[in-house]
Amino acid sequence: MDQLAQRTQDAAAHKPIISFRNIVKRFGSMTAVDNVSLDIMPGEFFALLGPSGCGKTTLLRMLAGFEVPTEGSVLIDGQDMGETPPNKRPVNMVFQSYAVFPHMNVADNVAYGLKIDGLPKDEIKARVQEALDLVQLGPLAARKPDQLSGGQRQRVALARALIKRPKVLLLDEPLSALDAKLREAMRFELSQLQQKVGITFIMVTHDQDEALAIASRIAVMHKGAIAQLGTPSDLYEFPASRFVADFIGSVNMFEGTLIKDGADEAVIACPDLAPYSVHLPHSAPGSAGASVWVAIRPEKLNLHKNASEPPAVPDCPPAHNVARGEIKEISYLGDSSIFHVQLSSGQLLRVSRPNRSRYEQEHFGWGDTVWVSWAGSSPVVLLS
Amino acid sequence: MSDRPAPLEYNRLWPMRLWLAGVFFFLYSPLITLIAFSFNDSKRNIVWRGFTLDYYRKLFNNDELMLAFANSLTIALVTTILSLVLGALAAIMLWRFRFPLKGVIEGTLSLPIVVPEICMGVAMLLFFSRVVPWPHDLPWPLSLGAIIIAHVSFCFPFVAMVVRARLASFNKEQEEAARDLGASDWQAFRDVLVPHMKPALIAGALLSFTLSLDDFVITFFTSGPNTVTFPVKVYSMVRFSVTPEVNAASTMLIVLTVALMALMMLGQRKSNSS
Amino acid sequence: MALEKQSRAAFWVTVLPPTLWIAVFFLIPLGIVWAYSFGHNEGLTGVAITGTFDNYIRAFDPLYLQIFGKSIAVAGLTTLLCLIIGFPVALAIVFANEKMRPLLLLLVMLPFWTNLLIRTYALIAVLRTEGFANWTLAWFWNQGSTLAALVGLQPFPAYQPLELLYNNFAVVVGLVYVHLPFMVLPLYAALDRLDKSLMEASLDLGAGHLRTLFSIVVPLALPGIVSGVIITFVPALGAYLTPDLLGGTDSQMIANVIERQFKRANDWPFGAALSFLLMYATFAAIALRAYLTRGQPADGHGI
Repeated sequence: MDQLAQRTQDAAAHKPIISFRNIVKRFGSMTAVDNVSLDIMPGEFFALLGPSGCGKTTLLRMLAGFEVPTEGSVLIDGQDMGETPPNKRPVNMVFQSYAVFPHMNVADNVAYGLKIDGLPKDEIKARVQEALDLVQLGPLAARKPDQLSGGQRQRVALARALIKRPKVLLLDEPLSALDAKLREAMRFELSQLQQKVGITFIMVTHDQDEALAIASRIAVMHKGAIAQLGTPSDLYEFPASRFVADFIGSVNMFEGTLIKDGADEAVIACPDLAPYSVHLPHSAPGSAGASVWVAIRPEKLNLHKNASEPPAVPDCPPAHNVARGEIKEISYLGDSSIFHVQLSSGQLLRVSRPNRSRYEQEHFGWGDTVWVSWAGSSPVVLLS
Repeated sequence: MSDRPAPLEYNRLWPMRLWLAGVFFFLYSPLITLIAFSFNDSKRNIVWRGFTLDYYRKLFNNDELMLAFANSLTIALVTTILSLVLGALAAIMLWRFRFPLKGVIEGTLSLPIVVPEICMGVAMLLFFSRVVPWPHDLPWPLSLGAIIIAHVSFCFPFVAMVVRARLASFNKEQEEAARDLGASDWQAFRDVLVPHMKPALIAGALLSFTLSLDDFVITFFTSGPNTVTFPVKVYSMVRFSVTPEVNAASTMLIVLTVALMALMMLGQRKSNSS
Repeated sequence: MALEKQSRAAFWVTVLPPTLWIAVFFLIPLGIVWAYSFGHNEGLTGVAITGTFDNYIRAFDPLYLQIFGKSIAVAGLTTLLCLIIGFPVALAIVFANEKMRPLLLLLVMLPFWTNLLIRTYALIAVLRTEGFANWTLAWFWNQGSTLAALVGLQPFPAYQPLELLYNNFAVVVGLVYVHLPFMVLPLYAALDRLDKSLMEASLDLGAGHLRTLFSIVVPLALPGIVSGVIITFVPALGAYLTPDLLGGTDSQMIANVIERQFKRANDWPFGAALSFLLMYATFAAIALRAYLTRGQPADGHGI
């Protein structure tokens, strides 16, 4: 992670390899992309993340040249791509369905782009071998696509695109067609591959785990616009809106009012948590009296056995950052357990707890009354 | 800029549009001209001299043509009913049962679809003149029997094809569910399978009606002097000359066909939405 | 499925009627034609089936071979023209938007549902000497003539109507007119099945549109193209009405010769032999299609 962040910073010093400038795309009366501006730096593994219909795929297809922006311009390496057709752009794409040509064998598929460029036969042969070795498909060169597994087809698509030595490689939901185990393995392989070839990768995905695991920087998209742009940890720990907080990971959300906002302390009253309130050891966005939302991740909540007094939270005044409720349900996930705690207000709280010992799950049972607490640094205060 | 077509929107390129317009002009201008000049107040079919319904009036007073029209409609109706029954049975047979010689029967059933019309016409001519001479002096509509039999022979395989395609999408578990809930074989067939087949039955009915109504070649070989159908009558008129009266007769048949097409489209839309 | 008593009855009820019908009213008639093709005329109306091959030998007389050759050439030319005209149409329909696509398909199919005789008649009205085609050409000719006079040139001689009807040209135009939907529909079905991202991938890898068409679209749509070609060729080969009404004395096709044997020349055995030769040619074409498109999903297009 630190290494990725470092690379991202290095990249920021250069000029962008991709620039979207005020891109608008309308299909009939529907606006798919709504005034997006975005710079992507050389060497990044960039992810466009969002739910289906958020405009992420449209953005990628405009980069490849398959869709024409209604307004705005796309620049690749400083050049406006305005009228440039897809076959003249210095980018290549790995399609969601992989789009491996079914009537050509693996080697012919990979060689296709070079044949079009009219390269000499010897060079094509050498580069095909090199590309196939890169994705570990060397022995399967003579196979037809229908004799390949899904993962192998994806490697063909990767080799076919990379052999053209594009300035940017575009990946449209690259892992969505694979089964869960393979998906995990391919995440790792994709980032390895990107480091090896040193090309900028731009990936579209709806899977937040995937984006967090692979990308060096992510743009979260919502309703055609960029909701937040940042590194994976930025997005997870410092979401800018309820949408981002909710879309990335799971979160407990409370509506409340900012009743005290000092330089190094803030207090928020949430009706669902009454009679207790939320205390922060730093200032909050917004001014006193503002309506805000408090978001807390399930793994940042602690469970305590029932007692007459609320547990003490370090660096926090008493009766703050605590809540009392009843365990309504426990989902045992193996490595951790999710406890659904119902507060007296009726709100359900999700608390995640690692199963560090083999008997950990026996500590709390269904129907137990428990205390929940959290550190002052855990909540995120959101205005929208 | 916003109106620039995307790379694969071939239909938005102007040469493509010009091509499409040209093709549709080629397909439709003769038909539209034909319809327009059925209302032209001139014997000559080329210059517009004003609107008239004279030729339609003449048409309705032309007893021979009206009889031919009635013959055609009767033949189409009876053919449709028989083809529907035979076609549906054939489809169910091929879909449901496995039996020896099934492949042979399946192949034979598709033969009438591919055999050239002229060969089929010749075969019917031989059959009805040498093997089962169909008396031409039978009372109407029995006199039409030979033509009806010939039409059913080439119509019902089409119905079978359409119904069978529909049956392929039938989820057999639905029928098993009906049996599980206490229905007999017959009840399950009536309550589950027939409703599933219904859109195909409607499509098949309209298909055989139009095929029968349109057929010229096979009828030409089977019809006698007293059993002239509409296309055979029009054929003899066309051989004679191009007259607005033929235009009017043709227009009537076009309108009938288009109306049937529209009915079928509506039926399909209804069954798609439900 | 076990054949219990009840379903045994159901089996016979479904099997017997269609099977008997096809046997009695289709196979027997065809069988008689087949038997006749091995016979010869006896007296005025009688036919003796003697097992002779004379009729087939006669069919290979240069006169009839030439008609066979001509029929194949005309049907082949028709098919080629339909392919050239129909391919862009199918391509445009496949890439039209959701609203336009059913409308365009309907526009292709509507003439197909219109009576063949009426369509042929409509063409006669357009193509004849005093028809619309000549009328339009004459108009342009006269405009051109006026224009020529304006710029000081000699006016053109008076317009001579083109002979557009009762010749081979008219037959080919008529056959293309009638068979175009036969070509467009299978092509549409094949192109529609094609994964569009394959075309995008080809463009993405640097190929132009023509290159993509010939190295990706055509090879992958080949079964559909073969289907369309044969579905068009077979009825065009056996066409009777179009050459009969639009053709001249030298544009008779095989079906017209067959008709003549039965209705005028009264040589039924020879007509029967010609019928079966036409049928064998048809079956050969269909077998070729089955062979070339083997392993492909059946075309889902209805007629």
